[in-house]
Amino acid sequence: MLGDYATIGIFLLLTILFPLAALGLAWVVRPKPLPDEEKLTTYECGVDTQGRTWVRFRVNYFLYALVFLAFDIETIFLFPWAVRFKALGLFAFVEMLVFIAILLTGLWYAWKEGALEWY
Amino acid sequence: MEHFFLNIAHSLIVWLMGLGLSSKGADLVLLIVQWICIVAIVTINVIVLIWLERKVAGFMQQRLGPNRLGPAGMFQTIADAIKLLTKEDIIPSAADRIIFRTAPIFFIIIAVMLYVVLPMGDGMQIVDLNVGVFYFISVASLSTICLLMAGWGSNNKWSLLGAMRSVAQMISYEIPLAFSLLGVIMIAGSLSLSDIVAAQNNIWFIILQPVAFITFFIAATAELNRGPFDMPEAEQELTAGAYTEYTGMRWALFFLAEYTNLVAVSALASTMFLGGWHGPWLPSWIWIIIKTYLVMLIFMWMKWTFPRIRMDHLMSFSWKVLIPVTLANILVTGAGIQFLAGMGW
Repeated sequence: MLGDYATIGIFLLLTILFPLAALGLAWVVRPKPLPDEEKLTTYECGVDTQGRTWVRFRVNYFLYALVFLAFDIETIFLFPWAVRFKALGLFAFVEMLVFIAILLTGLWYAWKEGALEWY
Repeated sequence: MEHFFLNIAHSLIVWLMGLGLSSKGADLVLLIVQWICIVAIVTINVIVLIWLERKVAGFMQQRLGPNRLGPAGMFQTIADAIKLLTKEDIIPSAADRIIFRTAPIFFIIIAVMLYVVLPMGDGMQIVDLNVGVFYFISVASLSTICLLMAGWGSNNKWSLLGAMRSVAQMISYEIPLAFSLLGVIMIAGSLSLSDIVAAQNNIWFIILQPVAFITFFIAATAELNRGPFDMPEAEQELTAGAYTEYTGMRWALFFLAEYTNLVAVSALASTMFLGGWHGPWLPSWIWIIIKTYLVMLIFMWMKWTFPRIRMDHLMSFSWKVLIPVTLANILVTGAGIQFLAGMGW
């Protein structure tokens, strides 16, 4: 028997072949006309592109990312707790109540400060 | 019929061992065969699904849908696939070529990797990982990065806006998605998908966790960027979101991956909440197909029924409604389990 993660690793290596094969097949079949400067311009509803695309983006997205990070780490903590919940009994339940209460306070703070508003 | 595929796998192993292969070598060949089957299922299923989606859309909008090629327009998707295959490959001169080219490749790899842990019948699972649910969520969340790569690499304003929107949306809905699965995990006491299916032998978790199922379903719709949560690729305002600059096979890979994700998430929903492969009379692998298709039909039903939700409503719905509801669900589930344990169950 192969190990669990060895199987996944081999599966991953095989899966890399799939899109490469698809793109390879398309490469064989598709027409390859000479590059056309007009055709390679950026699409913007037919008019010429104005200004750069890679500009500084809204800070809102960053705030969401920060709140997400806190909650994602909470998720990682909650998963092992949920698995062993029945075995750990009342103590773990109370502990998790405290943990979730702290996080809810965080969510409430982010909410109050307007990090969850989309302008 | 029940052990049809298992018998094939077993006789393949026996035959290969008879040829003088070691047991590891035989397992490797079996894995390659399983991989070919999964890729074939994924590709053929997408062809059926796109046809089905267009037919369902037509039915809901009181029109015919595709009906020219083949019986009931069944060959329409095949024609579309051939068309996409023979399209020119255009990479805009302004694009970041490496990121632009690798984004669809990573996207489809991630989508196919989800199938490793899904139980497709009694004992039909490639790897019964003891952290199966966790693996599924973490691999599925990687697709966010691919969308960001596609949007950033295209160097197009539509693409970047679409990618930023989808990243914001997907990370917001990932948390309720994971939280709503926690109730099930608490009851089943395991992260392994086969254990969760086995725990539903008597009662399906949709009955014990109805709120979790609804929140999971909403969050999954948003994770899949499907309507009514399809702001990232809203055709009317962002042309095609992150996919704007993609043509031909690269675009087709994105589309393929989206539907592959849809099938995988529907299969996860039926595994976690609808009893997996449990069911009377029919073989287990037919049951999982029926349940997965039912969940997918509900996804399509939702997409073609509700209008698109505004971006600020979409974000605040996740943070201000779904997350508190899922947390409350976890607490109620915990209290319920403690109460029942106290009662001596």
